[in-house]
Amino acid sequence: MSDLHFKTIAELAAALEAGDTTSVMITQAVINRTAAVEDKVKAFLSSDAEDALAQARVADERRTAGQSLGPLDGIPIGIKDTLAVAGQPLRCASKMLENYVSPFDATCIAKLREAGAIIYGRLNMDEFAMGSSTENSAYQTTANPWDLETIPGGSSGGSAAALAAGQAIATIGTDTGGSIRQPAALCGVVGMKPTYGLVSRYGLVAFASSLDQVGPFSRTVEDAALLLQAMLGKDPLDSTSIAPQGETDYATALREKKGPWKLGVPKEFFGEGIDPEVKAQIEKAIDWYKAQGSEIIEISLPHSDLSVPVYYIVATAEASSNLARFDGVRYGHRSPEANDALSLFTKTRGEGFGDEVKRRIILGTYVLSSGYYDAYYLRAQKVRTLIRRDFEDAFEKVDAILTPTSPTPAFRRGERSDDPLSMYLSDVYTISVNLAGLPAISVPAGFTESGLPIGLQVIGPAFGEADMFAVAQAFEQDHEYYKATPTL
Amino acid sequence: MDYEPVIGLEIHVQIKTRTKMFTAAPYAYGAAPNTLTDAVVLGLPGTLPVLNHTAIEKCAQLGLMLQCEIAEVCKWDRKNYFYPDSPKNYQLTQNEQPLCIGGKVEIELPGPSRNVEGEHRWVTLNRIHLEEDPGKLTHESFETVIDFNRAGVPLAEIVTEPDLYSSTEAVSFLNALRQLIVYAGISDCDMEKGQMRCDANVSLRPKGTDTLGTRTEMKNLNSISNVRAAIEYEIRRQTEILEDGGSILQETRRWDAAKSESFSLRSKEEAHDYRYFPDPDLMPVLFPRERVTELGAELPERPLDRQRRYQKDFELPYTLTSVLCPERELCEFFEAALLEHSAPKAIANYIANDLLRELAEASEHGQSALSISQCPLTPAHIASLVRVIDEGVISKQIGKEVFSEMFRTGNMPEVIIEEKGLKQSNDSGEIEALCQAAIAGNAKAVAQYKEGNAKALNALKGPVMKATKGKANPAMLDQVLRKLIDEG
Repeated sequence: MSDLHFKTIAELAAALEAGDTTSVMITQAVINRTAAVEDKVKAFLSSDAEDALAQARVADERRTAGQSLGPLDGIPIGIKDTLAVAGQPLRCASKMLENYVSPFDATCIAKLREAGAIIYGRLNMDEFAMGSSTENSAYQTTANPWDLETIPGGSSGGSAAALAAGQAIATIGTDTGGSIRQPAALCGVVGMKPTYGLVSRYGLVAFASSLDQVGPFSRTVEDAALLLQAMLGKDPLDSTSIAPQGETDYATALREKKGPWKLGVPKEFFGEGIDPEVKAQIEKAIDWYKAQGSEIIEISLPHSDLSVPVYYIVATAEASSNLARFDGVRYGHRSPEANDALSLFTKTRGEGFGDEVKRRIILGTYVLSSGYYDAYYLRAQKVRTLIRRDFEDAFEKVDAILTPTSPTPAFRRGERSDDPLSMYLSDVYTISVNLAGLPAISVPAGFTESGLPIGLQVIGPAFGEADMFAVAQAFEQDHEYYKATPTL
Repeated sequence: MDYEPVIGLEIHVQIKTRTKMFTAAPYAYGAAPNTLTDAVVLGLPGTLPVLNHTAIEKCAQLGLMLQCEIAEVCKWDRKNYFYPDSPKNYQLTQNEQPLCIGGKVEIELPGPSRNVEGEHRWVTLNRIHLEEDPGKLTHESFETVIDFNRAGVPLAEIVTEPDLYSSTEAVSFLNALRQLIVYAGISDCDMEKGQMRCDANVSLRPKGTDTLGTRTEMKNLNSISNVRAAIEYEIRRQTEILEDGGSILQETRRWDAAKSESFSLRSKEEAHDYRYFPDPDLMPVLFPRERVTELGAELPERPLDRQRRYQKDFELPYTLTSVLCPERELCEFFEAALLEHSAPKAIANYIANDLLRELAEASEHGQSALSISQCPLTPAHIASLVRVIDEGVISKQIGKEVFSEMFRTGNMPEVIIEEKGLKQSNDSGEIEALCQAAIAGNAKAVAQYKEGNAKALNALKGPVMKATKGKANPAMLDQVLRKLIDEG
């Protein structure tokens, strides 16, 4: 087999099963590819090739002994720097955690290990997952492999770029307002956010607890299904995790679910601010579904325009509290200038956090302040309920909802750095999904004229992952955009 | 003008559980610093709280013991403030919905003397809520060290209404509260170990008015005598200010036990804005009513209810009930003994006087404070002892000797009486012969008796008792002597 690093999990699993390749060969291919292109992409904050190869040898021994753990056994998976891996740095791309090493595995990591996956590298991101371009990393700027002058999206930009560049077979990210789906769309890969509670958050460094979810990046929908079904499940360490309802062998279910479906198209998602090329491409995708026999139903999500302001109240409020623990007392950065408790806090946090993180902490502190709580936080929670109801009403009529993932393709580095509001609008189509706790997936839907990827978002009802995957896969298998690879 | 103090107390009680409030880390008093922690206690990145249901149930039992209403839903809020002893810089607490609502505690005020029952009254409570204990700071000469062993220990905060009107009432309340809590096995309430801590809100108002004056909050009262001293100090301080025509500043003060004075910690303007909001990591949990009923059924009778019952049903005097009833173990010992031999007064006497004296003496002899459960005597011992006295097998006099022997050896009274030959002599022939000898030997006493001095008879009893080693049946002896003198 050639170009192992651009193969899908399903293809490699079959090759491993047939004895055509080994985990060591696959892992070595990924390591070699990283050595070749990482200078340009800068997706990894760190990676331990020896550790990955050691895991791969164990996987190969298992397979030789006839004790393969399944399709993920021996597959190298890259990990976003916000997920705890025992013995690995956990920096969240922040100076605040510069020398911090996690003593434990996140539950999703432990589950991937149980499935035999090779846990490989620490992937760049916006600091503490706050951003949409990965430019907020305190360490480096990751490039979009399709055009190195553009950003890969964010906050899981390293996860998306590494996969697109062939530096991993799949990667794991987190999605609070679109942080998996938006970079997946911008880098031309599949990115999926599960129903809130489906995957444990234990070991995910919290940004906004009521919105954060762990999810996979992969080349195909089938691969995303394989990864999700390995990671999901009720976790005694996360009280917000939920025992899955319905079918969870998504990969098997995909073979039977072929449509046609009733698909909703929210009129609010095609208005002001959408790039004409993105709009045209997504409309083409919708037409394809129609041509395949699915019923396209125009729906309304009337409170969509409130999702960005609601998100920036709820998410920043939770973040201001979640990030309070970074104070220099027990771990992480400690200001050498501090001389009492107060200056330990102020100097440590002043030095350790970047501008965007500070901006959100201040915003969140403000909306929770006495006298403003009712007007902002409480009100936002009420609107959040309305947004959730909009979706519930829609799913009375449709099986899934189709939208663009991002209003624009990848933008140029630095283009929006000084304009936080325009940056926040990158997530206008993804944010409401987090507010409603729903599953959604971004699948490649073609390219702009200048060759930048465009993503189609498929949103499902709560725990409707099986159908959501099927809808996305039908389009994917007929278009095979995932077979295109960037030239680096 | 005469002022009346109005006092409200906030009492923190550590709930006795095997593990902490939100994690499986164990808790024990006096362990080496920072040995009872884990990733959750230290607030390491990625950790999440998980509810300790035992702590919730014990807090509900505390509420039932104090006649509160138990909330139908158990909810959690974050109280945000920066302090080095707080691992997350927020405390999980119940701001909006306390677990226990309202409540009242019956207290007994000091009587005119120790042996006379005082007046009873009810003190109304506002609420009881659960929260997590922070760590403990120790200020050393040039640095401050932190022990996180205590961090995360479940704390119940009991808040009274401003319904106490003197330091004496406050002390009576704390004593009553402690009895109730220890009775129900919820905490040992050892103030020295920090298991019970008290803050006092004090305000003054002109006597005869019923609006509340401006209050101050006194922190750091870690003994009953501190509570009394601090309240009295604060009443004096406020009285002086008001009498000088000044006004009271709403502020938090800290009691310095060494100096016996308080100093201002912060004014109302400097008060923290805790930015409470619902914790997104812990879902509200329904508290089933059937479970509340079950928990209530496990609770013991309240001490003052028991005291009333003992006085009414067993006709025990206050001098006995006031010793027995505050201690659940003594009452249970007493009631167990009653099942063996129904002689309440005699049994209560042995427990309240002889047994407690022996225990106190044993404790003085090096053995650390012995409790009734550790002593060699069982209820059956006391019951048997009283029975053999009631049956005339031994005299009350000999009973004292048997009791000491019983306490020393753990042998049953029958065994001791047998071994030591202590059985009472009811041999009327022998007693009569000895009496005749005594009468013959002490004409003076006989004459005095005949002149109407009944006490003179004792001088005649002495030699008889001596000759029988105390075993002569005292009633028989008395009867025989009188008969012989009267007839003679």
